[in-house]
Amino acid sequence: MPVITLKCYATLAAYNPPKGEMTVPESTNLAGLVEMLGIPPGEVKLMFVNGRGARQDQVLSEGDRVGLFPPVGGG
Amino acid sequence: MDKILRIDVGAEGGPAFREDPLGSYAGLGGRALTSAIIHAEVPADCHPLGPENKLVLAPGLLTGTAAASSGRLSVGCKSPLTGGIKEANAGGAGAQVLARLGYAAIVLEGERQGDDLYKVMISTEGVRVEKDNELKLLTNYQLMDRFSTVYGKKGAMISIGTAGEMGLANSTVAVTDMEGRPTRHAGRGGVGAVMGSKGIKVILLDGTGTRNREPKDPEAFKDASKRFVEGLRSHPITGQGLPTYGTNSLTNLLSEVGGYPTRNFRQGRYEDADKISGESQVELTAQRGGKGRRGCHRGCVIQCSGTYLDKNGQYLTKRVQYETVWAHGGNCGISDLDAIAQLDHLDDDYGLDTIEMGVAIGLAMEAGLLPFGDGKGAVELVHEVGKGTRLGRILGSGAASTAKALGIERAPVVKGQAIPAYDPRAVKGMGVTYATSPQGADHTAGYAVAANILKVGGDVDPLSAAGQAELSRDLQALTATVDSTGMCLFIVFAVLDQPETLQALVDLLNSFHGLTLTGDDVAALGKSVLEDERDFNRRAGFTAEDDRLPSFFRMEKLAPHDVDFDVPEEELDKVSRE
Repeated sequence: MPVITLKCYATLAAYNPPKGEMTVPESTNLAGLVEMLGIPPGEVKLMFVNGRGARQDQVLSEGDRVGLFPPVGGG
Repeated sequence: MDKILRIDVGAEGGPAFREDPLGSYAGLGGRALTSAIIHAEVPADCHPLGPENKLVLAPGLLTGTAAASSGRLSVGCKSPLTGGIKEANAGGAGAQVLARLGYAAIVLEGERQGDDLYKVMISTEGVRVEKDNELKLLTNYQLMDRFSTVYGKKGAMISIGTAGEMGLANSTVAVTDMEGRPTRHAGRGGVGAVMGSKGIKVILLDGTGTRNREPKDPEAFKDASKRFVEGLRSHPITGQGLPTYGTNSLTNLLSEVGGYPTRNFRQGRYEDADKISGESQVELTAQRGGKGRRGCHRGCVIQCSGTYLDKNGQYLTKRVQYETVWAHGGNCGISDLDAIAQLDHLDDDYGLDTIEMGVAIGLAMEAGLLPFGDGKGAVELVHEVGKGTRLGRILGSGAASTAKALGIERAPVVKGQAIPAYDPRAVKGMGVTYATSPQGADHTAGYAVAANILKVGGDVDPLSAAGQAELSRDLQALTATVDSTGMCLFIVFAVLDQPETLQALVDLLNSFHGLTLTGDDVAALGKSVLEDERDFNRRAGFTAEDDRLPSFFRMEKLAPHDVDFDVPEEELDKVSRE
């Protein structure tokens, strides 16, 4: 089963796994990950895998770096 | 807002003023007005610090009304930093008071006679201009201490620090916030030096006895105003993200996506981003009893600001913003929020643009004058600039001049103005804006981060060249419009995502001024502002070659995505020359 690094930012910080790593079942996609974490639907606005914008159906692989954000902005 | 106050600093016996009707400038406000006046009245080939240049301070079309978040001030001139036209934009209380006093603009013009410094005082009683040489080389906070009882809670102070007085190409015009502190700055392009060149140190605005401007159609205005506020409150960024974290929530985000320019644009991810992030800042602020959710002016419903307290719980500066945290933080490898907040305070005090200053310090670090990460050294350098030492005057002349003086090739500048906190190689839409904006490198001129990273107003892959020119072009036009209304640029998040909020903005303009604009007219307004600005720059000698990024962005790949800036030159030319 793939081990990923995961960082949940801003208001999602409470969902961070210990040591920033977690093991996910084979073929887990981002939607599945968000559900596993128990994050209420709609709270995640931006999802990145290895620094690239990703969609819900992206399947996670060993060593992936995942970043999840609520809506944030500034400038 | 039916008159323009013109102060001729070259008049016999000291500055004289007159009040003109709007004439051909009727119907313009904010950036549209400053750029129209500069375009029409300032010879494009003049020296920015010479007698022919003018400094124009203009509230927006909706400033001083009950419309939410409408208190921005446009400051225009020919820029000492870029040599092109400039509109620098500031929050704070100044624009609202100026608008309520009835002024569409203040224009400082003419040739300064001698070295005397003057203060301008404006109230419902009228205008006074007085010589005050005791103000020489006072900083903005020293001016606050001296004058806070004069401008008071209902007024505001517009001032220059030591940088503007010394004519440095990095120098701001400061505007006091709701607490009367000089924390809001028309930061970019050296506008403070132009005010200094006119010998005007401070403008004190007394708002006593003034009221909100009255709309032509009060009922329709009230209705539009309500819908506009609902739009801002319901959008997740303007309603939640910005009030909670301020703008600094972007630190972690830009680092995560690999677009955070680290150590003078050497890499796109900063290993210490979390230490200086909005999240860490909020935590620290809470521990020390500081505040968030404050507006920079009355009637702001976004409230991205707050206060930053030092280790002893004493006020140090306002909630430090993303660009500043980046420029003095990640760009210099400094990961100490207290050092960054101190730098922010010093920049405000001396009247320095935090972006330009941070990038200049990053270049000094690249040149080996001090190591990356040296917060204490950076603080000393800002003091050198503020006090005008030999090295300080070089650093205070901006990033481009600093790089040249120190023999550094990798100067991240366009038209002589420092590139802000989004690496153009990994956020390519911003690269197009930096290259093609008549303002020089300026993220606020067309905030492509919205669609590139934030997924606001569309979804355009930040790492691909495709679609970026179109995105930037449309945003630059929208931004020029928003800058003319006096609205805070952050309303754009809600306006881009919610057609009903754009309609509310159009309805605000129509009901206030008795107009019948459509959404298309609003876009056309922005385009005409850009046309004026580009025409001025052409006459000042700018060509298509000036609408380019420095070559190292094409030649050096940026980690972690190993990308360069590959938007074709024809695409850039389409934006600025169509």
